[in-house]
Amino acid sequence: MKTEIRELTCINCPLGCTVTVELHDGEPVKVTGNTCVRGEIYAKKEVTHPTRVVTSTIRVKGGAHPVVAVKTRTDVPKETIFRCMEAINALTVEAPVSIGDVLMEDICGTGVELVATQNCPKT
Amino acid sequence: MKQADIVIIGGGPAGLAAAVSAYDAGNRNILIIERDEQLGGILNQCIHNGFGLHTFKEELTGPEYAARFIKQVEEREIPCVLGSMVLDISPEKVITYTSSTEGLVQVQAKAVILAMGCRERPRGALNIPGYRPAGIFSAGTAQRLVNIEGYMPGREVVILGSGDIGLIMARRMTLEGAKVKVVAELMPYSGGLKRNIVQCLDDFGIPLKLRHTVVNIHGKERLTGVTLAEVDSHGKPIPGTEEEYSCDTLLLSCGLIPENELSRNAGVEMAPVTNGPSVNESLETNLEGVFACGNVLHVHDLVDYVSQEAAIAGRNAVAFVNGQLKHHGAGIPVSVSGGVRYTVPRTIDPENMDDTLTVRFRVGAVYQNAYIDVYFDDKRVSHIKRPVLAPGEMEKVVLRKSDLLGQNIQNIKVEVTQG
Repeated sequence: MKTEIRELTCINCPLGCTVTVELHDGEPVKVTGNTCVRGEIYAKKEVTHPTRVVTSTIRVKGGAHPVVAVKTRTDVPKETIFRCMEAINALTVEAPVSIGDVLMEDICGTGVELVATQNCPKT
Repeated sequence: MKQADIVIIGGGPAGLAAAVSAYDAGNRNILIIERDEQLGGILNQCIHNGFGLHTFKEELTGPEYAARFIKQVEEREIPCVLGSMVLDISPEKVITYTSSTEGLVQVQAKAVILAMGCRERPRGALNIPGYRPAGIFSAGTAQRLVNIEGYMPGREVVILGSGDIGLIMARRMTLEGAKVKVVAELMPYSGGLKRNIVQCLDDFGIPLKLRHTVVNIHGKERLTGVTLAEVDSHGKPIPGTEEEYSCDTLLLSCGLIPENELSRNAGVEMAPVTNGPSVNESLETNLEGVFACGNVLHVHDLVDYVSQEAAIAGRNAVAFVNGQLKHHGAGIPVSVSGGVRYTVPRTIDPENMDDTLTVRFRVGAVYQNAYIDVYFDDKRVSHIKRPVLAPGEMEKVVLRKSDLLGQNIQNIKVEVTQG
């Protein structure tokens, strides 16, 4: 069995706990240094299949603002970030947009929705 | 002249939370004055996530966090005037503001809550030599251009300063297709949160050069490049370490300064380190009935703490209007030593404390395995070990009213010492 120790900074909240993960043959078996359960979940994901929430803006037609803020509802695989950005930048929506509106059902085959995080009324 | 019990200057996170709290404490004559056309302040351009874990137990983006508080203000039907710029606050609490719809308006307030936020340190305050071409922005200006106006300010970017806005913009510009070549930081440590180093720089392979600064700016019309150099322990560039970076954009993320022109003109006394008002346990300034909260008081790294602090200011403003906030003299001074740069508040009157009082502070350097100690006069009353303390992360100690009341304590000291 191959044991590996990896040290990470948890990115879940601004505390930024230094978290240590013990891996046996690449599988996380022990997480220490976290102060909450989010830290353990993050650390296990980060050493096996890292994910991130993508936040950006999309173009709005006929809105009070030219763009409206969006996010992936949950985290998506880290390697899909730039593909998600391409899909986001290819999209234009019509005003009005409200917080929570689903603007894409499944971004880049991740199964994750793209939702508005800002209101954009009509001009 | 218009009349209001409580006038809140600024409709960002601090102003909104102060308004909700003042309303919930029973006051029905509140006015929020906001310069922008919408409430929410800087949160509207902070489209990244990570806000609200403390307040709402979920991870929100800036606009979502703002929307929660705006909804609370709207549900309570708290009056606010938008597109209105406050020009003056008099020591008698007459607020003068101007707007394109109302013209010049004066409001007589019984209590005032300062919630104007802060500003970024501009190039002019950094003494960077070189030309003055287009393409040099504060990180927050670039953030507004990208996230609100929908423009990309440039394609090849160097960032000076590793404050959180700079780190966030390194990622944002990268996601939008720009090449961020380097983040240079004068200090031996980053001024930003660790999580932002990880998810904004490390994720995208953007180098962070500590102990480096910009020593020259090139380009006459548009920025064409900058020269970076390593600095010595006094922050002076070391000859021979210069490196050229070609770029069309330089973003500055070199610190935030509380926005206190109005406070100063009103006669509010400033604290030397924070550049914000000097306040007591009730977040009241030297002017009775004038309170301060949020980034105008001291620069925060977490909006959740801004909301908590503002709620205290809102509640105390109501207590003041109701004649329940008693003034018993100067209060116990809070002094600092051994790496603690400042505390908020700076004086404590135990009579006016809630059951507990959170004293927030920052340290001046990075400490490992250090202790946060609290002394009442010469007696050490708490001794807490912390694995890491850093200037970029605000710290706190919590004091109990029962420990302070009737003890005739002359001084409270907050100290950080190496373990």
